[in-house]
Amino acid sequence: MSATTSDVRAAIIALGAGLVFAAGLTLGGMMDPSKVQGFLDIGALFGWGGGKWDPSLAFVMGGALLVSLFAFGAAKSHQAPWASARFELPTRRDIDAKLVVGAILFGAGWGIAGYCPGPALASLFTGGADILWFLGAMLPGMLIAQKWFS
Amino acid sequence: MHPYLVSLVGGLLIGVSVWLMFAGLGRVTGISSIAAAALTAPKESLWRYAFLLGLMGGGLLFVRMFGAVVTSVASPVWLIVAGLLVGFGTVLGGGCTSGHGVCGLGRRSPRSLIATLIFMVVGMATVAVIRALHGGAA
Repeated sequence: MSATTSDVRAAIIALGAGLVFAAGLTLGGMMDPSKVQGFLDIGALFGWGGGKWDPSLAFVMGGALLVSLFAFGAAKSHQAPWASARFELPTRRDIDAKLVVGAILFGAGWGIAGYCPGPALASLFTGGADILWFLGAMLPGMLIAQKWFS
Repeated sequence: MHPYLVSLVGGLLIGVSVWLMFAGLGRVTGISSIAAAALTAPKESLWRYAFLLGLMGGGLLFVRMFGAVVTSVASPVWLIVAGLLVGFGTVLGGGCTSGHGVCGLGRRSPRSLIATLIFMVVGMATVAVIRALHGGAA
């Protein structure tokens, strides 16, 4: 693999973006699966289960979405990205069975463990044995889906 | 600072990361897609490895720096079940909380809106079932 200057520039930006993402997850409290479950525990809003509803995740999603809407909304003014020849954004707009079934399976796993892929990967060195069980299953799960459906 | 404000700042930082990836690389920051492609297309994935290195190294750095709490909520068997569901489901559905939830909604994608509504509702239903059966963790 011979990396061009543009590849290296892209990798440096991506490294920085990964660090900022991890800082955001940690400040947002998303590295703690019980806070994620605390948000998904909607019954607690109605006093069921004895838990207290934790709206943290809504604030994290809201803050992220605010910037994201602005970032993608301003896209037309760009000619090309700083370190890449062109924009490579998803183009599909149809709703198919794979999207629906995939989202259902993901939602179930997310609820059980309180981990989605971002916080799970960011927790590799801090999540103890739990995260090794989770990631040790998540990565093969990805490979199986890739093999069957692509 | 109020904890909800700290969470909001955390969210804004995630947004900044998404903006960096878009303005810099012209790509959406979908963590499941980045991880899956890093596994299956290693040759074109220098930027993906760099992002994952930043994410994992940053996790270690900031969890230590901020003294973040990490709670165990599920047994190993359930963690494995959940990991398989999350890995399989995000690749099948083409995205996760970041790809569909943050970037997709930011791009006003109808696919991402549907996916986000579904995984939120199913996640909530799953936690409700867990609470009903165990009164606590899985």
